[in-house]
Amino acid sequence: MAKRIGKRTVRLEQKIGVIGYGAVVGKKEHEGPLGQEFDAFSDDNRFGEVSYEKAESRLQTLSVDTAVSKAGLEIGDIDCIFAGDLLNQCIGSTFGLRSTERPVVGLYGACSTMTLSLCMAATMLESGAAKTAVAVTSSHFCSAERQYRFPLEYGNQRTPTAQWTTTASGALVLTQGVGSVYIDEYCIGQIVDLGVTDQNNMGAAMAPSAADTLCHYFEDTGTTPEDFDLVFTGDLGQVGTDLLYDLVAEQGYALRCRHSDCGLLMFDREKQDVHAGGSGCGCSAAVLASYVMHRFEDGTFHDVLFCSTGALLSPTSVMQGESIPGVTHLVHLKGKK
Amino acid sequence: MKMTEKEFRQRVKRASPPSPKLKNLIWAYAVGGGICAVGQLLKVGYTALGLSADTVKMAVPCTLIFAAALLTGLRLFERLAKHAGAGTLVPITGFANAVVSPAIEYKSEGYVPGIGTKMFAIAGPVILYGTVASVIYGVIYWLIEYV
Repeated sequence: MAKRIGKRTVRLEQKIGVIGYGAVVGKKEHEGPLGQEFDAFSDDNRFGEVSYEKAESRLQTLSVDTAVSKAGLEIGDIDCIFAGDLLNQCIGSTFGLRSTERPVVGLYGACSTMTLSLCMAATMLESGAAKTAVAVTSSHFCSAERQYRFPLEYGNQRTPTAQWTTTASGALVLTQGVGSVYIDEYCIGQIVDLGVTDQNNMGAAMAPSAADTLCHYFEDTGTTPEDFDLVFTGDLGQVGTDLLYDLVAEQGYALRCRHSDCGLLMFDREKQDVHAGGSGCGCSAAVLASYVMHRFEDGTFHDVLFCSTGALLSPTSVMQGESIPGVTHLVHLKGKK
Repeated sequence: MKMTEKEFRQRVKRASPPSPKLKNLIWAYAVGGGICAVGQLLKVGYTALGLSADTVKMAVPCTLIFAAALLTGLRLFERLAKHAGAGTLVPITGFANAVVSPAIEYKSEGYVPGIGTKMFAIAGPVILYGTVASVIYGVIYWLIEYV
């Protein structure tokens, strides 16, 4: 059974292994530094569909199909799918997974959803309630812009702190007992709000929650950043990353040399005009289901902390002048030594 | 996290790179001025074609609105506006873009709930408060003139 360590951390006694993974991205992401790591991409932003929402659903279908087939399974072998996206009522997941005819749990944690879905899947698998599960999330630049900001054709200027929603989906197939990479521990984060109201600076809104979850984890487990090959955050971008280093340093942890941010890995900030970096819940999912898994496979990584970071805003809350709370969930991934 | 919102706000301000104001100003000045110069050229051209002064007053903005709408549809307006900022936003071209862009974008939700409802989502407040301001201006003008 899972054991609670300290205040927040949960240690899994059974190995919850990753047996398949898939990452599908858009054209801009394919042209980024990680382009060759992904399983598939499309030059067409609509992925052959009539709307951007359908395109996002298509992304999820493709990433789940890829992950399941890499695991050597059929979709019918999956007991439960934990899925999420950024669209209202999670329609990206609903319509993307409609044809799977598998039980689906829809989750929302903004850009933190990938680690949230991993935590939920791991809990279900460890309890024996399921034998195989899929964790998947997606985001699409165009569907997110439509919902959160302006029409795509509207001419406006972005601030240097703004981030670029990633068009991507990443999926992991998990099971009990086997797999060369497994989830050892996880930590569900609390909502942290230090009053940031600028929706064009979401890295700043999320940084305190990332620091909070990481420091709680280090305290609970008696570890420091040096004990890991790398600590990944989801999509803090440059501003959030700089703030995170300061916040954890104040708690006595030096993170700078052991840290990487998926939002900064996804794009070349200078050449691809993404300002502070990438964002969106497909960003950390696609980086995890490609780059991170590949480095585990080639033996570069053995011990990784992976924390997706979410900014819990809605267009309504922003218009009503509310601040932007952040949330960060963490999974500790281990590979074969 | 033992930090107050005020302390964190100051830290965010330090960590956030500011907008390149001088560059933005130069772009806005050049593009905004350019659009006005095109307007002036159109005025001269239409007048030379023998159009009456009143017709020219209508033809110039109509041409600029048409050009902005066309460029929006061709996805060229947003590329220019990304650099020009207020230079494309303030002239009548910005208003045309603000109406045409949601019309294109929300086509997927249908003619009434999509285009009909969303078309003035950005430009609506300008129309509303522009009308209100003109009424207030009119009342003040009437008071000064006739009372």
